[in-house]
Amino acid sequence: MTIHDDTATSRRTADPYAPPTPAGTRETTEGKVYTVTGGDWDSVLGANVDEEHIVVNMGPQHPSTHGVLRLVMELEGETVTSARTVIGYLHTGIEKNLEYRNWVQGVTFVTRMDYVAPLFNELGYCLAVEKLLGIEVPERANTIRVLLMELNRISSHLIAFATGGMELGALTAMTNGFRERELILDVLEMVTGLRMNHAYFRPGGVAQDLPPGAVEKIRELLEVLPQRYKGIDDLLTGNPIWQARTQGVGHLDVQGCLALGVTGPVLRSAGLPWDLRRTMPYCGYEDYDFDVATSTDADCWGRFLVRKQELSESLKIVEQALDKLRPGPVMVEDTKIAWPAQLALGSDGMGQSLDHVKKIMGTSMEALIHHFKLVTEGFRVPPGQVYVGIEAPRGELGFHAVSDGGTRPYRVHVRDPSFTNLQATAAMCEGGMLSDAIAAVASIDPVMGGVDR
Amino acid sequence: MGLEEKIPGGIVLTSVEKVVNWSRKSSLWPATFGLACCAIEMMATGAGRYDLARFGMEVFRASPRQADLMIVAGRVSQKMAPVVRQIYDQMPEPKWVIAMGVCASSGGMFNNYAVVQGVDHIVPVDMYLPGCPPRPEMLMDAILKLHDKIMDEPLGVNARRRELPGYEPRELVASSSRWSPEGRKDARDAFFKEIRTPEGQR
Amino acid sequence: MTVSGSGPRPGAVEGSGSAVAPAGSEVRAGTDMFGAARGGDTSGFGGLVRRAPLEASSPRPYGSWFDEAVDALTAAWPECSEAVTRVVVDRGELTLHVRPDRVADVARHLRDDPDQRYEMLLGVSGVDYPSQADRFHVVYHLMSMTFRRRIRLETQVPLERPHVMSVTGVYPTADFHERETWDMFGVVFDDHPALTRILMPDDWDGHPQRKDYPLGGVPVEYKGAQIPPPDERRSYA
Repeated sequence: MTIHDDTATSRRTADPYAPPTPAGTRETTEGKVYTVTGGDWDSVLGANVDEEHIVVNMGPQHPSTHGVLRLVMELEGETVTSARTVIGYLHTGIEKNLEYRNWVQGVTFVTRMDYVAPLFNELGYCLAVEKLLGIEVPERANTIRVLLMELNRISSHLIAFATGGMELGALTAMTNGFRERELILDVLEMVTGLRMNHAYFRPGGVAQDLPPGAVEKIRELLEVLPQRYKGIDDLLTGNPIWQARTQGVGHLDVQGCLALGVTGPVLRSAGLPWDLRRTMPYCGYEDYDFDVATSTDADCWGRFLVRKQELSESLKIVEQALDKLRPGPVMVEDTKIAWPAQLALGSDGMGQSLDHVKKIMGTSMEALIHHFKLVTEGFRVPPGQVYVGIEAPRGELGFHAVSDGGTRPYRVHVRDPSFTNLQATAAMCEGGMLSDAIAAVASIDPVMGGVDR
Repeated sequence: MGLEEKIPGGIVLTSVEKVVNWSRKSSLWPATFGLACCAIEMMATGAGRYDLARFGMEVFRASPRQADLMIVAGRVSQKMAPVVRQIYDQMPEPKWVIAMGVCASSGGMFNNYAVVQGVDHIVPVDMYLPGCPPRPEMLMDAILKLHDKIMDEPLGVNARRRELPGYEPRELVASSSRWSPEGRKDARDAFFKEIRTPEGQR
Repeated sequence: MTVSGSGPRPGAVEGSGSAVAPAGSEVRAGTDMFGAARGGDTSGFGGLVRRAPLEASSPRPYGSWFDEAVDALTAAWPECSEAVTRVVVDRGELTLHVRPDRVADVARHLRDDPDQRYEMLLGVSGVDYPSQADRFHVVYHLMSMTFRRRIRLETQVPLERPHVMSVTGVYPTADFHERETWDMFGVVFDDHPALTRILMPDDWDGHPQRKDYPLGGVPVEYKGAQIPPPDERRSYA
């Protein structure tokens, strides 16, 4: 990043790097205008910094920081003496946006927070709304939810390996990880219609049923993926360079994890088998048989092993979910809440099925009224506040939803796991080397959309 | 290369112009500027299945000083806006910008205080690509149309030719159609016939 | 037409089981789109009612584990009754309303007491109820891994003096969360190590998540029409 030197002592005539307006604010006809200029670190820190310490800014645009994360590190040689994270470069105001939309429209916003595992955001939000409404979703909807979520967990961990590998220099991990992810995205596209940011889970169930052929496609996937996992295994697990870069790096023990509120694979790599699917189950997870991946290494290597094992566990759950599928409704029956669409493929693409349209327009006045009110106004949610936490691939994803009795959320706060897990960066990086800081952040696997919301 | 821009007027042959433009478009190196969800799709486009390497673009340059294309992939928040501008300024000429996704093109679904409503408020954009996120095929289509636009760019002194009346920009046809081999001549001819006849002309 | 969607009336934290508010506390937030004078619409869905929040404790017995938990808390820590003003049980969740200066003490006690053992703070966030005098509610979610349960602490502060004791001394994880609550709502956490903006740029004016802060969108242009931003559109609710 260029350095603008605008200290008074060096303001010579026609300094080419001096900004035309000095930093500050000024009032214009358009309102207040802020001028933001850079500064030389020496002038910012003054006497605080030792001659031997340099301050390095791994700015928001960087191939190795996991997204738009800014790391400001004070280095003494190659050792990091202090590391701070600066976030907020992807702040989208999603929580405030939700207050101006229906409860159902909220799903489309919420899904774009943790964009690598969007179905988890949707699930947390839908569970919170359903808890406020006091309804139970049908069995088949729960099974479909678990099925797709575990597939999404696999694709999220694959991205963790891919981007983590890329950041540490294992570029083949990136191409391999994305190749496997494409298989899963094919399935998700077949079921939900989109590769990413599917607004598929709705309060009350899921948007539409699995299309014909989806179950067979997932079963094929179940056969192909274990071999691909072996490929990732061969590439990374036994690799001495990978082991050397991740073992002993980014150490954070259980006390540190609990104090910093870190959940997810980082906590499990420290030895505590805390997985909300097992300890505080939701969506029928108590009926599935799977192990909680744990490791005692508490470093990047342990987290890598935990995620790798979670890949296989998720496959087990997908298989059990496929066996559990029984025909039934996928949306709650209460027509004052259920999303009124019945979609089908017609001659001009996907739209409302003709029978459904005939029923609404021709026979049932209530169906027409419900359709109209639900789409324009949305359903009303009784007042109150709830907190729902689910196990996202990165940790506990919590939704605190407040309703005032209206058709719009009054306040939805999302407790994103990456936001909390990033606080552990300083604890993991300080005292280590600069390259270990990259490995540590890659092992936390933050997704900046969730961090900044 | 920027030297050819400075050659004094008129002595550059049009064939040199074509060669220069062709070489620019054939190895257009993107700068890593993935912000949000579109970045994942951009990475997927660079990965195995939808391969950007066939256009010479798999090298995502980390340093903007070595890049000529900035694909702004994702929502640009108010805090990130000065960074976008700084990266753009650090890129040497010639440079192009693709606004990937609706958030970069126009603010997308986030019409609020925190998101810049279109990255064209900050940098000049050559190609807008809608989608949320756009499929990899859509991104490749945008890149191919950008290739076509690059082929169109006049060189050096002639760059002023654009403002003159009677200047007809080239139709943004995917280069896979325009430069298709002789075996697909029929398809190519039919395509051009369609866009050039009065009914087909937009 | 109806009121614009610039913020509905504040929500009610109801006592468990009481679906009907006491008479006189209902606040009709305007007529609905059919313009019926009483506010009830003709669709059969029921009238649109938004209630002012109930400031009352839930009646005993609370049900499930809440009774023993609250009793154990008051027994082990006698000052509890000064710090905790209200206990609300709603939808299977326990909420303790706490005085703003005692939040850290309550949190410390909940963390250290062997019967409570809330090892982890999940998050700190704010809610803005502009109709109340103490409009900013700060909400803490604690989780006990030993007993596998969650509890919520809620405190409220007015606009004139939005100071709450920070819990970073008890739960270091509150660092980023309290910074976010300061950034979004303007609630100042005393004794926080470095209370600065975290999500917005450092020199931003205003606290975006407050109800009186506009959504800040721009009108969207289409061919021949312009759609206003979401907070200025016609609202059917």
